[in-house]
Amino acid sequence: MVDVTPDALAGPQGPKPRKTFSRRNIFLYGTLIMVALYYALPLYVMIITSMKGMPEIRLGNVFSPPVEITFAPWVKAWSEACTGLTCEGLSTGFWNSVRITIPSVIASIAIASVNGYALANWKFKGADAFFTILIFGAFIPYQVMLYPIVIMLREMGLYGSLSGLVIVHTIFGMPILTLLFRNYFTSLPEELFKAARVDGAGFWGIYFRIMLPMSVPIFTVAVILQVTGIWNDFLFGVVYTRPESYPMTVALNNIVNSTQGVKEYNVNMAATIITGLVPLTIYFVSGKLFVRGIAAGAVKG
Amino acid sequence: MNNSVEIKNLDLEFGAVKVLQNLNLEIGKGEFLVLLGSSGCGKSTLLNCIAGLLDVTAGQIHIKGNNVTWAEPSERGIGMVFQSYALYPQMTVEGNLSFGLKNAKLPKDEIAARIKRAAEILQIEPLLKRKPAALSGGQRQRVAIGRALVRDVDVFLFDEPLSNLDAKLRADLRVEIKRLHQNLQNTMIYVTHDQIEAMTLADRIAIMRGGKIMQLGSPDEIYGRPINKYVAGFIGSPSMNFLEGHLTGDTFEVGDVSIPMAGYDFANGGAANGAATLGIRPEHVVTGELVGNAPFQADVTVDLIEPMGSDTVVDCQFAGARFRLRMDGQARVTVGDTIRLGLDPSRASLFDKDTELRL
Ligand SMILES: Nc1ncnc2c1ncn2[C@@H]1O[C@H](COP(=O)(O)OP(=O)(O)O)[C@@H](O)[C@H]1O
Ligand SMILES: [Mg+2]
Repeated sequence: MVDVTPDALAGPQGPKPRKTFSRRNIFLYGTLIMVALYYALPLYVMIITSMKGMPEIRLGNVFSPPVEITFAPWVKAWSEACTGLTCEGLSTGFWNSVRITIPSVIASIAIASVNGYALANWKFKGADAFFTILIFGAFIPYQVMLYPIVIMLREMGLYGSLSGLVIVHTIFGMPILTLLFRNYFTSLPEELFKAARVDGAGFWGIYFRIMLPMSVPIFTVAVILQVTGIWNDFLFGVVYTRPESYPMTVALNNIVNSTQGVKEYNVNMAATIITGLVPLTIYFVSGKLFVRGIAAGAVKG
Repeated sequence: MNNSVEIKNLDLEFGAVKVLQNLNLEIGKGEFLVLLGSSGCGKSTLLNCIAGLLDVTAGQIHIKGNNVTWAEPSERGIGMVFQSYALYPQMTVEGNLSFGLKNAKLPKDEIAARIKRAAEILQIEPLLKRKPAALSGGQRQRVAIGRALVRDVDVFLFDEPLSNLDAKLRADLRVEIKRLHQNLQNTMIYVTHDQIEAMTLADRIAIMRGGKIMQLGSPDEIYGRPINKYVAGFIGSPSMNFLEGHLTGDTFEVGDVSIPMAGYDFANGGAANGAATLGIRPEHVVTGELVGNAPFQADVTVDLIEPMGSDTVVDCQFAGARFRLRMDGQARVTVGDTIRLGLDPSRASLFDKDTELRL
């Protein structure tokens, strides 16, 4: 007798086998690799070019790695590159951008989160009208408001100053941030808010003790949106500040476009990477939190 | 002043939608009142009005003799328990219990004493240092009850507190809430759509429909003498059988069957004539040896049986309508059997066909 289990299963059983090189997979991963290359290649060129000396660049081998690695272009971009008038590199612009971004991010998020909380939980008179106006504000093109704001800032005596620009950034961040926070707070269970009211907590008590601790993901999303948005801003920076307080993006533009002497591609590449480093770092550090925050209700109607 | 809560001419509208209309209700001190009704009838809305979480459109609310219509929720002397527990997720159990007391600026030792007492009563002492996420559904709801308990208030408001629990836990916690009420003797207003909870817990039940209270009475009254056909059909499981027919003097005629109604306690003294509906609860239909004593008897054929262990629900055709009756779980019946049933008119209900009110 052969040892056969009487109830041995015949036919398909267990997980369905999958081919690694199915047509579907080749198409899917092929597309993904193509797209990834499309985005990664320019970055690769920038990085290697920034580490070559000018003679090597003149040879014209755009894709070949540097024969002799040098960091001199980076140093020059940071502290010596000329912007037409001065030769201080990007450093001044960097610190200007820091001084613009930090207060703008804090002010806009603080105000917008309280707005969103009030709109979501305290149904005050005129809340709907207020919200409609705010959302409408998000659709007005910036260009329409550029000059009126110049006049307003001049009347307030803030035209050309960093604080003027901070106010502008705070105001322009308001519609989208308020919408973001309102939607998030609306998605939190309403009974929690009711319980806190029965427990005698007031407007600020509920905001700080109940809502804030539950809102870390959405605050992360807001910080990322604002830091990248304000750091990358060029238009407001160039319109509302004077040359000595230009943000980094404007400084970068002036370095790259300065017409004196030869075009130093390696310095330009280094300067561009340095400018992009801040948003890039933010993405890498908080990418996971960002995704979680988006999933937690940022995009829920 | 013996009433704990009084609601006077209360209206509540959401924009154009009238949710509560001219509602009046008086709840005695220490009473357990259950608001029972199907979903969307305005039970939670009424409870939120009492709690002060909604501004009323018209009317007044009094708690312990004070007009609290404009008072903040925390000033009304109420504690509230929600269906979703609504525990503060970032605080420990202890933090949840003490949050309201800290807001009221109570001294530290008083807070500690109250938390200790509530934790003992609800047996949640080992859980005090845990976060809500680390608790089971039943434990969470205990903590939520504890949050109302530490406030040391006269009126407890419950909004479907057991609806999110599984059947066994629900039964357990129901008993605990009843015991809690027996020990504390607080006034409790309890919202539910579950008639078992209502019948077992309530001193009085208010049946709500469309923002109005249809009937207010003890569980016995609601069950035994439902004021209209809606209440009769809503209470009881399986629900009451209705036979559409005609009432002449003491006789109810449906199809070719006449049922003598002698012994029925008419609501307005005398008998009535005209089109009517006879309501008979499945558990009031007798079978087997008891049939001999019943004033009315008939033979029916079994169409369907639903065994439930303790008893068996039998479906049949009677007087041209679907009719259900409840037999003992031990009874041996099979589909197609002919059984003899007996009815007692004194336990039935008669309703006017048009107004649907009790006759
Ligand atoms: N905030 C609101 N805005 C408009 N309508 C509401 C609001 N809250 C409840 N309603 C309506 O009021 C009615 C009663 O609701 P509710 O009291 O929650 O019923 P339930 O008896 O199920 O607790 C429902 O028809 C509901 O749609
Ligand atoms: Mg409800």
